[in-house]
Amino acid sequence: MDNEKLTTESVKPAAPTAAATPRPVAPKPAAPAAPAVPAENLCELQVVAPEALHAEMKRLHDEEQMDFLECLTGMDWEADGLGVIYHLESTVTGKRVCLKTVTTDRENPLLPSVTDLWDVANIYEREVFDFYGIKFTGHPDMRRVFMREDWVGYPFRKDDETEKNNPLRMDNEPLADDTEVLTLQADGTVKSNRREIFEDGDYVVNIGPQHPSTHGVLHFRVALEGERIKKIDPVLGYIHRGIEKMNESLTYPQTLALTDRLDYLGAMQSRHALCMCIEKAMGVEVSDRVKVIRTIMDELQRIDSHILFFSCLCQDLGATTAFLYGFRDREKILDIFEETCGGRLILNYNTIGGVMADLHPNFQKRVKEFIPYMRRNIKEYYDIFVGNVIFHNRAKGVGVLTKEQAISFGCTGGTGRASGWHNDVRKRMPYAAYDKVQFNEVVRTEGDSYARLLVRLDEIMESLSIIEQLIDNIPEGSFQEKMKPIIKVPAGTYYTAVEGSRGEFGVLLESKGDKSPYRLHYRSTGLPLVAVMDTVCSGNMLADLITIGGTVDYIVPDVDR
Amino acid sequence: MFDFDFKIVTEWLHALLTGVMPEWAAILTESILVALAIITLYAVFAIVLIYMERKVCAAFQCRLGPMRVGPWGTLQVFGDVFKMLTKEIINLRKTDMFLHNLAPFLVVTASMTTFACLPWNKGAQIIDFNVGIFFFLAISSLGVVGILLAGWSSNNKYSLIGAMRSGAQIISYELSIGMTMLTMICLTGTMSFSEICAQQAAEGWNIFRGHIPAVIAFVIYLIAGNAECNRGPFDLPECESELTAGYHTEYSGMHFGYYYLAEYLNLFICAGMASTIFLGGWAPLVIPGLEGFNEVMACIPGAVWFVGKTFFVVFLLMWLRWTFPRLRIDQILSLEWKYLVPLSMINLVLMALVIAYGLHF
Amino acid sequence: MKRPKIKSIPYEEFKDNETFEKIVAELNAGGAHVLVKPLDDLINWGRSNSLWPLTFATSCCGIEFMAVCAARYDIARFGFEVTRNSPRQADVILVSGTITNKMAPVLKRLYDQMADPKYVVAIGGCSISGGPFTKSYHVVKGVDQIIPVDVYVPGCPPRPESFLYGMMQLQRKVKVENFFGTTNRKQKDPYKEEMKEQNVELLNQQEEA
Repeated sequence: MDNEKLTTESVKPAAPTAAATPRPVAPKPAAPAAPAVPAENLCELQVVAPEALHAEMKRLHDEEQMDFLECLTGMDWEADGLGVIYHLESTVTGKRVCLKTVTTDRENPLLPSVTDLWDVANIYEREVFDFYGIKFTGHPDMRRVFMREDWVGYPFRKDDETEKNNPLRMDNEPLADDTEVLTLQADGTVKSNRREIFEDGDYVVNIGPQHPSTHGVLHFRVALEGERIKKIDPVLGYIHRGIEKMNESLTYPQTLALTDRLDYLGAMQSRHALCMCIEKAMGVEVSDRVKVIRTIMDELQRIDSHILFFSCLCQDLGATTAFLYGFRDREKILDIFEETCGGRLILNYNTIGGVMADLHPNFQKRVKEFIPYMRRNIKEYYDIFVGNVIFHNRAKGVGVLTKEQAISFGCTGGTGRASGWHNDVRKRMPYAAYDKVQFNEVVRTEGDSYARLLVRLDEIMESLSIIEQLIDNIPEGSFQEKMKPIIKVPAGTYYTAVEGSRGEFGVLLESKGDKSPYRLHYRSTGLPLVAVMDTVCSGNMLADLITIGGTVDYIVPDVDR
Repeated sequence: MFDFDFKIVTEWLHALLTGVMPEWAAILTESILVALAIITLYAVFAIVLIYMERKVCAAFQCRLGPMRVGPWGTLQVFGDVFKMLTKEIINLRKTDMFLHNLAPFLVVTASMTTFACLPWNKGAQIIDFNVGIFFFLAISSLGVVGILLAGWSSNNKYSLIGAMRSGAQIISYELSIGMTMLTMICLTGTMSFSEICAQQAAEGWNIFRGHIPAVIAFVIYLIAGNAECNRGPFDLPECESELTAGYHTEYSGMHFGYYYLAEYLNLFICAGMASTIFLGGWAPLVIPGLEGFNEVMACIPGAVWFVGKTFFVVFLLMWLRWTFPRLRIDQILSLEWKYLVPLSMINLVLMALVIAYGLHF
Repeated sequence: MKRPKIKSIPYEEFKDNETFEKIVAELNAGGAHVLVKPLDDLINWGRSNSLWPLTFATSCCGIEFMAVCAARYDIARFGFEVTRNSPRQADVILVSGTITNKMAPVLKRLYDQMADPKYVVAIGGCSISGGPFTKSYHVVKGVDQIIPVDVYVPGCPPRPESFLYGMMQLQRKVKVENFFGTTNRKQKDPYKEEMKEQNVELLNQQEEA
């Protein structure tokens, strides 16, 4: 880097000469092991220079109605610079686009922010800043999101000496009350301002990090006005385990084990997504049997997750009895899982090219017993909790999320569908055996907490019906394709998404043809849901934070990764 | 007929004591004996109630509840008590030490004094005078001072919010309690607990005598009493999911134990008042015309009747607690001010009309 | 099918119920105080049967903890169902889940906030050693680096049965304690006043900062 560019005040965001030359990474000439036809999940990356990025994004957003920012991934291409990959989708036309932008400045990388176009970009860009140190001009809140504020270095950079610089600190973490705002001025220089997060005289209550109803270790700084919430500032990272970084030093089969621990209530689906991504990238076709088994397992997992969602919501609202009713039914699913997979929560079932073990002989019988049992017990849920007038008062009209907000914040899953957004990946991009079954995408229009609960309860019914259609028609075949002992994915950038228990779970895999991934990024289902909390909660009461947090349904280990 | 007047015992004891010591010493001894009795009863009932709560809640939730400590887990609560007694009491820096340590005692004192008002049997009553109900209402509202102090002195935001909610809630619901009591005083014409019970033994339970307005008053009393005890669905002040433990977040060891005791005893007192005023106290169930039945009922001692009725009401309240989700603070207050207060006012007028026209039994 | 072999922990250790009983027998072999021993037993009986856990869960193991509280496994049978949300009122902290570098000071503070006697159970591979995340830059390699652990319950996540077994082992451990006499003896600390002043100064400095 040129020395003159190092001062903060006069940095030009990635010199134009550099922008013109970055080598396109994705459509590289096929590696020896690569199949002749490009893999179906290969991303065709359009390279956009940083200066042109914002204009291009605005054009895509306004003219091509690309209103859903699916995924925003930070990247470190070492000598080729730092950059970001954007995945956009239009909820109107269904068209999808991948863009990529690179800056070669490693000392002070700057890129334009797209926060003004998509709300969710706010937290995504903070994540990229936290991991790669890329600063976004025009971003209103350039703080770290996962790491402590006194963290040294940027852990995801390939040349970062993370462990050396950051021993275990046992002093209380500093929490700044102001934040940095970078603005790009007309002459190309960057100006840095400070901005207060809370106003003077705000009564700020800390909810978390250890709190019974944050569903894990999440920290909300809540500014109150009486009992009303004025602003919420989420502080994340209390369970950030650096899974994505760890993946870069693990072989492909090893990376699978960590997906189960992301969203432990979507263990099947997360692992399914990664397996499918690798399989598609390698051109491996799994047997129909595997596809059907995976579909059934995904749906069982979804029921499991939704029951737990219902239980925890009841617990948070003080209806402890309903909580235990939910757990009673959940044990039945865990029994089914245990027989086939050997685990209750962390299942480790999917593998690259198949599944770990064939179905247990009892599987079909157990599942067939479970379906009518669950249908009967759902009615009990309505009797004891959903139909209760106190719950109606607490949930109806509370925490309304409009469709536009849901799309802009990228709130997929039941939360988005409760606001009227058809976002089910199973319908948008059918995978596994979902194109062979009949099911409805449950969508409601109210967008309040009550709708969010009902969507999940209805989805349990839909999942039951999917399982019912498949359980008698599991085709014969092998449950595991023959794979090479060392798995290598051809070079390229791949993206695959599945419908996780609480939204779209995406896997972005960048491979250089080695036995371990160059970068493996997960589109967290929960991160947009946490980001939306401020918008949904402000103006509601403190007690509603619990209802809304419960119904929005995030799992913190999945948020923090 | 088993019409045992407990006065015989107390008078015999008094005569015995004045025989061996001067009058003032006798009264002092009696006071100490009574205080010991009341503290013992208080502890015993707290233990029974906690055990009952854990078993009842387990039954509602398809569980077993305590099983391992003693037969059927009966010794479970004793274990908790021993642990609680030997647990460290943490003193916090930057708190108002005096108020912080005083608060749990205020709560326990208030609840013990109200506990002393309960009529256990004919003549077995510790505090009994002509304005008994008035005294009861006054003393029971002392507890809220303890809660407010706890919230304020803990120097903790959760505690403060919990205490403020509790203050707002308890003071509001006291209105309904007072109003329903007033309704029943209209019917009984006296404020003395012993007379109320004696009257019901002679003329039938108040809930039957006062028919419609009495039943309305009973329901309002149960709702408001539940709120007074800070129990779910009105358990906002300690509202676990938002405020971790509400006003007693910062209390540990036996200081917390006092709150825990007081919570259960307040439940018992609330139920005891309901059975005294509405369900006849120690008076047995009498159905006119069924002489044989009445004879059998009358053979059961009054204390058993009283405790039995009280535990029935306690069970009702526990049932509510383990079924309903929690309300929100504004909903709690609007329930009180918009529905219960006007309703109990109308009910008071209705009762007055019933009395004036002699429509009661 | 190939049976996986556990290399590090022999199965016998999972079935060890007698060690603590043996320790007690050895300790009392020379005779115990006639008054103090029964009282100690009584208090230990109370403490061991009333271990109220703090609701503390960071990840997967927390869900299994909820399953332990639910109807099938029902931790209430042992009297442990009174989960307290405030650390001041809890007796045992079940560290269920990964502890990250950012969470470590929080966990330490929670432990400090608890009132004596307090116990720690490390649940799951992550809290014992970092588990699958040992190589991560942001995970504490075992909570015993920051707080003293009484019982380790291995598993990822441990089955509810092992949860219960771990709690029963903790009960056995509690029963070995002495309340009167040894551990609770008030010792005159010669440096107490000095330390107190220093502490106050230190705290004041911190607050000013």
